[in-house]
Amino acid sequence: MARLNINGKIHDVEVEPDTPLLWVLREQVGLTGTKYGCGVAACGACSVHVDGVVTRTCTMPVSSFTAEQKIVTIEGLSPDVSHPIQKAWLDLDVPQCGYCQSGQIMAAAALLAANPNPSDADINAEMSNICRCGTYNRIRAAIKQAADTTKRG
Amino acid sequence: MTIAQNLSRRTFLAGSAAATGGLSLGFHVPFAQAQDAATTPEINAWVVIKPDETVVVRVARVEMGQGTLTGLAQLVAEELDADWSKVTTEYPTPGQNVARKRIWGDFQTAGSRGIRGSEDYMRKGAVAARMMLVQAAANEWKVPVGEITTAKGVITHKGSNRTTTYGKVAVAASKLEAPKDVKLRDPKDWTIAGKSVKRLDTAEKLNGKQIYSIDLKLPGMLNAAIKETPYPGGKVKSFDAAKIEKMPGVKKVMQLEDTAVVVVADTWWRAKNALDALEIVWDEGPNASVSSASIAAMLKEGLDAKEAFVGNKAGDVDAALAGAAKKIEAVYSYPYQHHMTMEPMNATAQWTPEKCMVWTATQNAEAALATAVEAAGLPLDKCDVTRLNLGGGFGRRSSSHDFVKQAVLIAKEMPGTPVKLIWSREQDVLHGTFHPTTQCKLVGGLDEKGNVTALRMRISGQSILAALRPQALVNGRDPAQFQGLNAEGPEGQFGYEIPNVLFDHAMRNPPFRPGFWRGVNNNQNAIYLECFVDEMAHAAGQDPLEFRRKMMAKFPKHLAVLNTVAEKAGWGKPAAPGVYRGLAQHMGYGSYVAACAEVSVSDAGELKIHRIVASTDCGHVVNPQQVAAQIEGSFAYGLSALLFGEMTAKNGRMEQENFDTYEVVRMEHMPAVESYPIPSGGFWGGVGEPTIFVAAPAVLNAIFAATGKRIRAVPLKNSDLRKA
Repeated sequence: MARLNINGKIHDVEVEPDTPLLWVLREQVGLTGTKYGCGVAACGACSVHVDGVVTRTCTMPVSSFTAEQKIVTIEGLSPDVSHPIQKAWLDLDVPQCGYCQSGQIMAAAALLAANPNPSDADINAEMSNICRCGTYNRIRAAIKQAADTTKRG
Repeated sequence: MTIAQNLSRRTFLAGSAAATGGLSLGFHVPFAQAQDAATTPEINAWVVIKPDETVVVRVARVEMGQGTLTGLAQLVAEELDADWSKVTTEYPTPGQNVARKRIWGDFQTAGSRGIRGSEDYMRKGAVAARMMLVQAAANEWKVPVGEITTAKGVITHKGSNRTTTYGKVAVAASKLEAPKDVKLRDPKDWTIAGKSVKRLDTAEKLNGKQIYSIDLKLPGMLNAAIKETPYPGGKVKSFDAAKIEKMPGVKKVMQLEDTAVVVVADTWWRAKNALDALEIVWDEGPNASVSSASIAAMLKEGLDAKEAFVGNKAGDVDAALAGAAKKIEAVYSYPYQHHMTMEPMNATAQWTPEKCMVWTATQNAEAALATAVEAAGLPLDKCDVTRLNLGGGFGRRSSSHDFVKQAVLIAKEMPGTPVKLIWSREQDVLHGTFHPTTQCKLVGGLDEKGNVTALRMRISGQSILAALRPQALVNGRDPAQFQGLNAEGPEGQFGYEIPNVLFDHAMRNPPFRPGFWRGVNNNQNAIYLECFVDEMAHAAGQDPLEFRRKMMAKFPKHLAVLNTVAEKAGWGKPAAPGVYRGLAQHMGYGSYVAACAEVSVSDAGELKIHRIVASTDCGHVVNPQQVAAQIEGSFAYGLSALLFGEMTAKNGRMEQENFDTYEVVRMEHMPAVESYPIPSGGFWGGVGEPTIFVAAPAVLNAIFAATGKRIRAVPLKNSDLRKA
């Protein structure tokens, strides 16, 4: 039994304590926007925010979370695809297959929250999620565009 | 995109509600569209227009990120004079295709054929649909069709100042006979096609709502995890099912055929967890001593073997080499590589003695259906496959539908219960259909002026067709081995005039299963050829661009893309300090591509790829911004292969199992990419793959320019790039 605060809602889940948060989200809570890519925290497809910090959930046992921690998944990033990152992603047609994009968007949103004006070096350092379709250059451009629009307010 | 046309609406909605605990995953919207489309009479197989004016374009090819869905919809909307904002798409199922005598043709989405293989019949279908809609309006108004115009889904008769819409006359149009003579619009007059419209499928990729195959949930569904023997030719020797049968959620532990162990549980995590806790003893089979070294030795023998399949032969290469003023020789190699789709292989199957349904992500739904039929042991008309979104394909999801076969065989053990089989990343990596490994020995002959008089190219290594489609071999020869090296043909013509050539292939097939890997044999062929041309240029003391140009007068399209990248990159003008350039050109999948890479190599041997300038002549460009996206993505894929891509074998099995041991290009490695499409018209070439061919050779040639080091083995992570 675990109690989790996901996208502002409390969920009580019956699950073995060593179950990774990723699989709790996908199989118990029914939020499949967070993806399984590697299971070893190497690809970033499973990224969510935990108290605003981007976190790879495929290796994080559910027992390591408390109900006080605010977990935000791609489904909870904005109610209507209105987060500046989502808007920039839409404007630049960033996704190809789209499978990694939930994780990319969560990583980018966390980056922008921590650093409203990221340089190329910042983006290289913080955006380590894998995209096999190769959308990296559009991701970079979209982050910069989102930073600009956020600054303009 | 709509899905799940085979499910009853009620069942499917119940399923998605159960899956989400009351949260909407957005299933109901696309599904409602599918239902409407099914009850609205079609104008023809490709076009359905609903009373609310929605235009549903039916697409045989599959979307896996490459933009085909949007591009084909643009072409249909163009010829239909549709309102682009009302256009949506839908996949027919392979079962529907079979039932309608394959009216949608081939479902395969491979070989960069998504658009070029469908544009003709889809455009003609759209023209026919427009003519029928016009005819329906003309009949109603009793005016000649010639007086009627169409625009954005509106039909107008100016003379009588009347208008109607496609949605209003669609039912009447659907009852008319299809016209026989249809005339396609001149691409010069395109207003929707040829434009950088936004993709149709982006929105749901931004909020987690898009349902990939791995996300499917059905009522009563169980989940399966599988471990197959990592030893090709190996088998399961023993395991003790009792050890894990009592673990939470476990429903069934079983051996699948000779080669795999499966755990079925209520959730996938529990199935995988139980399977990981199970000790399986493998019979390693006949290939237990195979290693990368033994495979390399096997291929090396082929480099000088007497027997080989000839791919391209002109003149007398031996005599010309014997008489050459200068002779140079080099041996190159290309390793096994993995597709590494972000979404691991998976499929859901439901089997009863009466029927078998499969839901999966596939690049070839007809092949998936054929696999399902065979595994189900049921007649073709009792089986079908619903296509779900793909988290990447790159050829893996067309090379083998082993995951579909397994899902059906598992479901067969639990009649009536839908079972979703998900491959763990480790299972996925170990059971890839690998980019085949080859070596290549090249010998070039130059005359006194440095002109190439002879080129001998011996490829030794694995044939994909021999493993996957032996019926496609021609007297034992794999014609696909010579991609880009053929003397003629619209797919991939060798682009240099050299009087004496001999390109042949000594087929050497190690036990690891090969597959079609985005770009396929062009990838290594372009490296072998374009790096060796660079070697010959340097041996001749000539500029690599001028050296190529001399041999390309008869290949104006190859030359045009090369000239474009040279001009745009500033070839011949100084680059930034410490930055060096390399060129490559190649033709494949009907398109001409070239690249100029700019790199620097630090004293410590660290490579930085600053910029790549690319050009493509793909005949026609349907969506410029999506062509640009494919070119950028192709560099990410091709550079992953060059920098890191390598599966190594030891003691009869592959050593890599996940992204932590199989690195790929990430943000930090990605160069700036400038793309310059120069569509010359008159033909349709592919876009999704061709640019990959030139990524590696352009960078390798730039590294030589920077360091004087000629790297002849992929991947670069194994090479010391410090200056010679």
